[in-house]
Amino acid sequence: MSADTRTAPDRQSRTLQTARTLLASRETAIVIVIVVIIAVATAMNQSFLFSGQGWRDLLLTPSILMVMAVGSAVVIITRNVDLSVGSTLAITAYLTGRLFIDFPGIPILLVVFIGTLVGAVLGLINGALVAYGKVPALVVTLGTMYIYRGAVLTWAGSDRINASDMPRDFLHLGTMQILSIPLLTIVAVLVLVCAGYWLSSTRSGREMYAIGSEPEAAKLYGLPTTRRVITAFILGGALAGLAGVMYAARYGTISASAGMGWEFQAIGAAVIGGVAIFGGSGSVWGAAFGAILLLTINRTLPIIGIPDFWQRAVVGALIIGAIVLDRYLSARRHRQLQEARDQT
Amino acid sequence: MTRDESPPVLELVGVRKTFGSVTALADGSITVHPGSIHALVGENGAGKSTLIKVVAGLHRRDSGTFRFRGADAAFNSTAEAKNAGIAVIYQEPTLFPDLSVTENIFMGRQPRSRAGRIDKQAMHQEAARIFARLGVTLDLQRPAEGLSIADQQIIEIAKAISLDAHLLIMDEPTAALSGVEVERLFAVARSLRDEGRGIVFISHRFDEIFSLCDMITVMRDGAYVATTPTSETSNDELVTMMVGREVADLYPKDLAPIGEVVLEVKNLNSAGNFHDVDLSVRAGEIVGLAGLVGAGRSEIARAIFGVDSYDSGTVRLNGRTVPKGRPAAAIRAGMALVPEDRRQQGLVVEASLARNIGAAIRRRLSRFGLITAGIENKTAGPWAGRLQVKSSALSMSAATMSGGNQQKVAIAKWLATDPSLLIIDEPTRGIDVGTKAEVHRLLSRLAGEGMAILMISSELPEVLGMADRVLVVGEGRISADLDRADATPEKVMHAATARHEQSRQEASA
Repeated sequence: MSADTRTAPDRQSRTLQTARTLLASRETAIVIVIVVIIAVATAMNQSFLFSGQGWRDLLLTPSILMVMAVGSAVVIITRNVDLSVGSTLAITAYLTGRLFIDFPGIPILLVVFIGTLVGAVLGLINGALVAYGKVPALVVTLGTMYIYRGAVLTWAGSDRINASDMPRDFLHLGTMQILSIPLLTIVAVLVLVCAGYWLSSTRSGREMYAIGSEPEAAKLYGLPTTRRVITAFILGGALAGLAGVMYAARYGTISASAGMGWEFQAIGAAVIGGVAIFGGSGSVWGAAFGAILLLTINRTLPIIGIPDFWQRAVVGALIIGAIVLDRYLSARRHRQLQEARDQT
Repeated sequence: MTRDESPPVLELVGVRKTFGSVTALADGSITVHPGSIHALVGENGAGKSTLIKVVAGLHRRDSGTFRFRGADAAFNSTAEAKNAGIAVIYQEPTLFPDLSVTENIFMGRQPRSRAGRIDKQAMHQEAARIFARLGVTLDLQRPAEGLSIADQQIIEIAKAISLDAHLLIMDEPTAALSGVEVERLFAVARSLRDEGRGIVFISHRFDEIFSLCDMITVMRDGAYVATTPTSETSNDELVTMMVGREVADLYPKDLAPIGEVVLEVKNLNSAGNFHDVDLSVRAGEIVGLAGLVGAGRSEIARAIFGVDSYDSGTVRLNGRTVPKGRPAAAIRAGMALVPEDRRQQGLVVEASLARNIGAAIRRRLSRFGLITAGIENKTAGPWAGRLQVKSSALSMSAATMSGGNQQKVAIAKWLATDPSLLIIDEPTRGIDVGTKAEVHRLLSRLAGEGMAILMISSELPEVLGMADRVLVVGEGRISADLDRADATPEKVMHAATARHEQSRQEASA
């Protein structure tokens, strides 16, 4: 038994421990980086933060990706991945437009509900193929990524839905602010808080981590692995569906190519945010902060005058850097724990 | 004991389980009464683990009677068995490395307050209470990753206690525990027995069985042999019941002339795995590497072959130093390693027999960089014949062959490289008795032809029957070097558990 173990640390040292964990956590590190980037951008251009438009864009731009990244994080935590969420977003975004055109006067809430539901069904297809078909998620969702995209391309063709096709009230939601906070940001934060609570404080949420951490052990523990994995995909799909509706409200213009490549941004955001690509660890908070970091950097680089190529390279470097950092930290921790064991 | 008053907790009669053509369990029978600790003994491969897995809901039995607490039972999943009140501590702990110690204990059964929220405080208190009962101090918040096997085992036991089970099954729980920890485990087991629970205890250590258990059931070759109260049997009687056949038939070892030193390992170290390993193997010699599961035998073999790197030390083959961490260099130098897990590491099971046999000599087979099926078949044919691989064609996929034939193919693949040293890890695991003898005859013949063989085996009779010399590994160190004539089961087991014994004596003093 290792020598440095203890059962009940007194209250004070526990508070200290909590504070130290919080300071050392990935989430905190990313928030600090985000703050630094905003500070630099604001120093270069005051209006980045201190203008109505700047403040709104700062909050509004990452909102949709945050919702998708939360879904992707849940799927990745179970040691799976969903590449089809970008295509799902395109389907529900186009569906949103079509619903307003084909059923004039349809209640907005009903459209939101239908969009989310369709996303959930597309997620269910992925989840069922992965859980029952025993096919790796990477392969299944690579396939459905093309199938879903193909479906929306066939459905929409070269047709484009414009802002004028959708009700003013709906479009207003996309830019509306409550106490200077955009509505879409509020939605994203609500999604984040609910998902964060679920993952950290309920049995089914914790089981997501367990399944991703060691699938064999999950089986021996008698956890409902199949059902949980399907749930993760349904949730990922539903959030991508919701993101599609948000996309329609935010941009007003929808074509079949909406959300192309967003699946990689969502996965990238989760990885940057400390969600281990092999499952079992990380949090949706990290993923959401990762999304904010990714898109804030994207907006900052042009301000500093960095050319387009480097903007993409920076995103790539961030992802690789995050993974290398994770590997390094976990190898170091493993080594330390092992050496401590040998000494006893 | 209350054996005659209440119905047994567990009753198995004639339970049968087969996997494809291999019969893992032919006649599993055991009756466990409440308030009793029941030992289940037998050699490796006797079917104990399969029997346990049937009870735990991991396997479904093919036929036979299975009653739990007086009612017929058939569990389709581990969750069902668990809910019925069966807790199993497996030989190798299976935990969630990313989750905390507390979460590992309660996963799937966390205490909840209103609205389904996990009551983390209640969970921690309960965990602290269980650990206090076990007399263990362990940081409940730390992740399970990096915990020693002993600590992981403690978590498994805590899990079983928190389940409040009617039946507790322990599959070699002491294999990796030190003396103090074993004593603590026994104290817990006795207090659970006194609460009227049934306990099944699997162990290879007779001293533990005689001090802890009140009943003993012996199994051999997948079948029930006998059940006897501990007080009415002896060590020797148990061994006779366990082995029950003439060892000589199964281990046809011819004495071969011993030649020059082929493999020489000096001072090999790898933090966390093994320390100060010195060993040598001569031409024509079979050296057995014995020890408990997890003692570091496979790790040593993998380091010698270069699959894993090591911290310090040297490996020399035929007098030349073999660079570390490079299997390709080891193969060129004349080494071959037939790994423990043939399905995962030894074979490409989807590929044909011929392709598997040719796999390690692809460079030699290729003509202008191309390999044709014809060349492969021409090379593989003689090997398949020589090793008596039973298959309809060389193009047959390895996946459809029996375990014994797969093992022969895995060996043939390496023999085709014409090695001077063959390292073979668990040569007969999961193989039926007939094929076992064939594999043993093959090893004996290879040694006779002057090959040096390093054989790792958890089956004591196999080591004693086949090896010219037995090296015992205990907790990552070579704890004994015994000649064939000196090697007895007692000496090997003693050396394998020497440090356990020592600390146990310290604990009781």
